[in-house]
Amino acid sequence: MNDTGHARFQKNGHSLRHNLFSTQGDTHMDTKRLIIVAVGGQGNLLASRVLGEAALLQGIPVHMSEIHGMAQRGGVVESSIVFGDAESTIISDGEADVFVSFEPSEALRALGRCKEETVTITNLSPLPPFTVAIGKGVYPEIDKVTELLANKTRRLIAFDAVKLAEEAGNVLSVNMVLLGALIETGVLPISADAIREAISTKTKKAFVDVNLKAFELGFAEAAKH
Amino acid sequence: MHKLLTDNPGQKMLMLGNEAIARGAIEAGVAFTASYPGTPSSEISLNFFQMSKESDLYFEYSINEKVSVEVSAAAANCGVRSMCVMKHVGMNVAADALLTLAYIGVTGGMVILTADDPFMFSSQNEQDNRYYGKLAGLPVLEPSSVAEAKEMTKQAFELSEALGEPVILRTTTRINHSTGVVELGEITERKTKGDFTKDPMRCVTVPAVSRGLHVKLLANLDKAEEIACTSPLNKVDGSGSLGVIVNGVSYSYVKDGLKDLGATDKVKILRIGFSNPLPKALVLDFIKGCDKVLVVEEGEPFMEEAVKAVAQENGLTLPICGKGEHLFSRLYEFDPKMVRNVMASYFELAPVPSQSVDTSNVPEIPNRPPNLCAGCSHRATFYAVKQATQGMDVMFPSDIGCYTLGFMPPLATGDFVLCMGASTSTSAGFSTVTDKKVISFVGDSTFFHSGIMGLMNAVFNNHNFTLVILDNRITGMTGHQPNPGVDMDEMGFEGYNSIDIEGLVKAAGVKHVSVVRPYNLKKSIAAIKEAVEFEGVSVVIAKEKCTLYAKSLKQLTGKKFQVNPEKCKNHRDCIDTIACPAFTTEGGRVRINEDMCAGCAICAQICPENAILPVKK
Repeated sequence: MNDTGHARFQKNGHSLRHNLFSTQGDTHMDTKRLIIVAVGGQGNLLASRVLGEAALLQGIPVHMSEIHGMAQRGGVVESSIVFGDAESTIISDGEADVFVSFEPSEALRALGRCKEETVTITNLSPLPPFTVAIGKGVYPEIDKVTELLANKTRRLIAFDAVKLAEEAGNVLSVNMVLLGALIETGVLPISADAIREAISTKTKKAFVDVNLKAFELGFAEAAKH
Repeated sequence: MHKLLTDNPGQKMLMLGNEAIARGAIEAGVAFTASYPGTPSSEISLNFFQMSKESDLYFEYSINEKVSVEVSAAAANCGVRSMCVMKHVGMNVAADALLTLAYIGVTGGMVILTADDPFMFSSQNEQDNRYYGKLAGLPVLEPSSVAEAKEMTKQAFELSEALGEPVILRTTTRINHSTGVVELGEITERKTKGDFTKDPMRCVTVPAVSRGLHVKLLANLDKAEEIACTSPLNKVDGSGSLGVIVNGVSYSYVKDGLKDLGATDKVKILRIGFSNPLPKALVLDFIKGCDKVLVVEEGEPFMEEAVKAVAQENGLTLPICGKGEHLFSRLYEFDPKMVRNVMASYFELAPVPSQSVDTSNVPEIPNRPPNLCAGCSHRATFYAVKQATQGMDVMFPSDIGCYTLGFMPPLATGDFVLCMGASTSTSAGFSTVTDKKVISFVGDSTFFHSGIMGLMNAVFNNHNFTLVILDNRITGMTGHQPNPGVDMDEMGFEGYNSIDIEGLVKAAGVKHVSVVRPYNLKKSIAAIKEAVEFEGVSVVIAKEKCTLYAKSLKQLTGKKFQVNPEKCKNHRDCIDTIACPAFTTEGGRVRINEDMCAGCAICAQICPENAILPVKK
């Protein structure tokens, strides 16, 4: 966060605690690249939106891209979010610093986006594609998924996010659970407070409490891995 | 209040590229907007639609892109700032109006947005619409980022008024569907009423007039080029004896790439934002200072060929490359690593080593293609058609919409898909030269867009096929936009009329017309059989609301279904014939995912054991 940006931001009438504008360097900011993959309907676009709003709150440059034309028809939905000093909105293969998958088989499908240094987070609750039901493919064993992810990337955080979402009060809060785990890794320059603020102001009022709880559960879960 | 109407200059907001474009138009004081929805441009129209409901902005969902250009052209010829928005292939539909509107010009600013779709994320081709600028002789502007998309939209209106002609604003999916931080500017007051001054020597394009107008158009092109040469939309960054000429979203890949390669002091960049007519003097000045030039542009070698022509005209022999082996492809979209690697090899810079993980031992993951939703009435109609035509030699021309997905097995009800509305006309050709029974599919919105013409043509020329109009009461694929058949009262909007498809089809002279409710399979199959037996053009209207739309209106009342394991003999007719995504298998047995089941009861009607029953609660 540079000083001029900070001043401009405050002038615009936002009242944010100073601790949101935390530890960023004065002139140079490392670039961090995040890929999120999910199945249409799992809510990854809202997760991206919350991350983007949190970055805006902290004054961190953010560029995002998503492909969502088929989101409601059960296809794969991918978001890329680039934080810091870069201008591209998409992320090439092998260049994600952190990778979040909302579904275990999709984590393997998108593994090429990762490098050895990538921190990987995946939900372990499977959503088999319809092609499996009609015998056009075999769903991978979950143990095999976690073994491959753990061997190929620096740190793996794998858990049943659906279970935690249910515990938070709504199965649809899987996105906030995974967001909690993502922030716990500390790879991104985004603070938990900024995320809480963004959840409180940018998600539907009726779901704020559940979303916040889901975020905390995901954050606590990741700390165990 | 709609967030894009926020009157707070200086405020920063996270915006989708399409929101930024809509905001730019609002800041420019746009007063008249029209669109036929098409991904990746749809959210621009959606935001205009929403804002028109709480301000004096005029917006209409036009019946097709040609109509949207024509209504806007009229408004812009009364001095009212106008904009129409379409996806790239929509420009083909609008081209007839566009190319002569270039001759007539406008008196108020008019911007035509075309959203191209490299890689065809949601399109049938990846045509490069910069050529429409060349073809029509109109200026083309191309933003490189979300924030710039807003600014450039405003500048497009200024340019349009300076030249007295429409300006094409050309984006790609990665601008439309990227999100970034945008700073709000001042909102210019909208001027919603204008006046038309009669000027037949400008506005009536009979040959004698048009001969003069073409002269004016070419003079305008020269003027546009002069503006482009000094426009801040074309800018030079950095320094060095190597040069990159780049447009659009690739600019960000070039900038990031040069930084990663540590070559910002070796390679200078000419970013072209005003790309037609190409600013030749500026290009010449840039390439004169280079030993070697790389042109970075997705799609066709539009700039590359023009830059080479500039070099040739001026006797310059430096290497200028863009498309080719070991360089860039004309196919698909670019990504940062690809651009970085091509720059490294072309300029002989040390490449950034690849860090990709080895995925060679990752097992094959089952495909997850998009599928018709659980409860989608199109699935029921497709099943009914297949049942009604069992044993017959049939073919299925289809059209553009969700129902195109029916081409996949097991439904397999799409054999030929060309462009919007082509189902009705290709059916005529297929049925004339083959002995197959032709049954074609078109959605309600696509039928109004252009399908009706093929149907009227078929009636007049006495063709022989059955058209099934999949009337799901809304434009589904692009996200529930209205079309002329939609009940707008039900959506909560006043002041519209609705066109009845059945009446329209009958008025067009179709002799055999039936309306079915596709969830009733028995009656639907019987009606389709009758229609198929009819000699001549027959139409079946399969009328049932899009499931997602019905759900949004809280009209989804069907009970959820489950498989009774005692009754189920595992025939799997349900799973094998209709491919509903609510079905899963567990331990080799069929199950229904209750969260997904929409209660259409199609599977229950198919099961030979009556083993699929409503969930008892």
